Amino acid sequence: MNRVTQAQAPPAAGPVPAAAGGRRAVRRPRSAQWAAWAFLAPVTGYLLLFYAYPLYRNLELSLRDYTVRSFVQGDAPFIGFANYAEVLGDPAFGPALWHTLVFTLVSLTFQFTIGLALALFFVKNFRLSATLRALFLVPWLLPLIVSSSTWSWMLNSDSGVVNAFLALFGAGPVHWLTSPDWSLWSVIIANVWIGVPFNLVVLYSGLQAIDPVIHEAAALDGATGWQRFWRVTFPLLRPVSAVTLLLGLVYTLKVFDIIWIMTRGGPSGSSTTFATWSYRLGFGNLVPEFGPGAAVGNLLIVMALVFGLVYIRAQRRQIFS
Amino acid sequence: MGSAARNRRAAGLGLAALTALGCLAACSSGGAPTGTSQAAGGGTHTIWDPYPQYDGDSAWAGLLKACGARAGVTVERTAYDTSDLTNKALLAAQQGNAPDVLIVDNPVVSTLAEAGVLTTTRENKLDTSAIAPNLLAAGQSGDDAYGVPIGANTLALYYNEEVLGKAGVDVASVKDWASLTEALKKVKAAGKKGITFSAIGTEEGSFQFLPWFWGAGAQLTKLDSPEGVAAVTLWTDWLKAGYAPNSVINNTQTTSWQEFATGDFAFAENGTWQLANAEKAGFDYGVIPIPGKDGGTAPAPTGGEFVGIPVQKDTARYATSQKLVACLTDTGNSLTTTTTLSYVAPTERVRSEQVAANPDLKVWVEAVKAAKGRTSDDLGTKYPKISEPMWAAVQAALSGSASPRQAMTDAQTAAANATQ
Repeated sequence: MNRVTQAQAPPAAGPVPAAAGGRRAVRRPRSAQWAAWAFLAPVTGYLLLFYAYPLYRNLELSLRDYTVRSFVQGDAPFIGFANYAEVLGDPAFGPALWHTLVFTLVSLTFQFTIGLALALFFVKNFRLSATLRALFLVPWLLPLIVSSSTWSWMLNSDSGVVNAFLALFGAGPVHWLTSPDWSLWSVIIANVWIGVPFNLVVLYSGLQAIDPVIHEAAALDGATGWQRFWRVTFPLLRPVSAVTLLLGLVYTLKVFDIIWIMTRGGPSGSSTTFATWSYRLGFGNLVPEFGPGAAVGNLLIVMALVFGLVYIRAQRRQIFS
Repeated sequence: MGSAARNRRAAGLGLAALTALGCLAACSSGGAPTGTSQAAGGGTHTIWDPYPQYDGDSAWAGLLKACGARAGVTVERTAYDTSDLTNKALLAAQQGNAPDVLIVDNPVVSTLAEAGVLTTTRENKLDTSAIAPNLLAAGQSGDDAYGVPIGANTLALYYNEEVLGKAGVDVASVKDWASLTEALKKVKAAGKKGITFSAIGTEEGSFQFLPWFWGAGAQLTKLDSPEGVAAVTLWTDWLKAGYAPNSVINNTQTTSWQEFATGDFAFAENGTWQLANAEKAGFDYGVIPIPGKDGGTAPAPTGGEFVGIPVQKDTARYATSQKLVACLTDTGNSLTTTTTLSYVAPTERVRSEQVAANPDLKVWVEAVKAAKGRTSDDLGTKYPKISEPMWAAVQAALSGSASPRQAMTDAQTAAANATQ
């Protein structure tokens, strides 16, 4: 409540000095309004042009029967939800959905847990901790094509360093990228590695925002380290955690480059997620299937939206509680 | 009042979620046409090619300039990445600003023809009489041809003389699948690696698999024929026996070549375009055609581009475009073009000139003669819908998730559904 009144205060204050200006006060609101619109125009135009229109076009693509011919002639017939029906009925749909869920949830769990553990470690501020923390950011700074190519070299069945290392312990070679049982896990491992720095940075700043006095008080009251974490740190970190997880979720759902570079979604679809499937339909073939490709893309958007709404609900409950 | 604040935040978050994902799918429609000033008119003709490796000072660019000068126009050339060019051409046609001359990979020709982007050779009066029919077929649909092959390349087997020598294999003994497998066995027994190829889950995988598929006598219209299954079984058995590395499942043709370049492999299936790299590899190599199942040369798929003339509103432009294409493809000039692009010429006469100049090319000329277009046999735009289940089946069999027979049966079902 408080916040809302504060937010409204500045606009209310606006007309006051204008009113003091006498005659011009009558005209002033109108020109102010024009100015407001003018200030708003760039961002509205930008949003319409770069977000609303592409989304609309994508929706339209998914509702029409686009062939290469009708794409060029621009006379694709409207076919309702036939593209969606085709996608849902495709034998690749079930596995792709499952892979998307597993990829997202497992990646998020590990990214968050490892990120939080590292954040707790670095918040202690020991010597060289800044340097070490900077090193942990490297995966984030590397272009995805570089890190994914490196991972695919390391995980190569025959000449990869990982299998060479396993061989030292007498373990047989694991076909990381070429076995249907392993390919999904390989891309998850790479994705976790890439996602940890983001979680580390956000959670670390969240931890710094917690007043050390609370920890001291808890310690004085006899709480053990474990209790302090679960009963003080974790609950106070909840808003930051929620944002981290939501952003992580949106990033992870749409991960494409890592999977495409490492496995192309294969072998035989064993690491195909909605993101790679959508790309394959739209661009991965000599004859593009824009309609079904756009349909899969829209399903992804809906999934992200649903999780976003769940988050907002959870937030609302938190405010009222 | 509290709810107003929350709603605003809700909208903001919803928007954030949308925008973060928006591009993934929406970008498919966002690739605006590139700003080549094609309508410049007067003395300018635009040419799009898939050879970004040749810059403005290259012999290829020089050739285009010279052809333009001969036709009396200035040539404005734009080079795109091959995989990018199809979509760029489709978008340009949609926007009504297609280039005057378009050079595209041969399996794409039927797609562009289907889209109504290309003129037929009957309309644009290009002369195709001297062109080898097996090359021309890739750009034919019904009675119409939609372009002229500028040159061709294909696949063959490179071998490492040193590795074969140590294993005691005489390369002349490799005549069919059985003798090739026997050679691989000897190589493995000598502690070296057998063969590398690319079975990646993209068009590249199908391209590399086709010589074996066709070499067994199989047809693309029936993937699960005994011949088709035999081809998948050959590869699968090589993997199981350790004659081929497991990494082939994920190999592109480039990574497969890198494996061969280590010097550990006896054979590598790769194309004409690696010849320059082969010289740099640092070991003695040779090339043999890919053997058919029971001997002979297996038909490999043709690679290489077609030159076509896209449909224009202003049909008066065709005359000059035709001069430009003729300049690149006429028998008299073809030697220059194919030498510049290091291709095998599409006509018999120029090929013999090429072999006379460089006897090493003989095996490639033979391979191109036996080669077959992927979109030939009137498959056209059906080919991609068959190719995708096929590469998936090869991957399934090689990775052990299905038996060769099962994989090909599934692929045939999928292909039949997609092409009906």
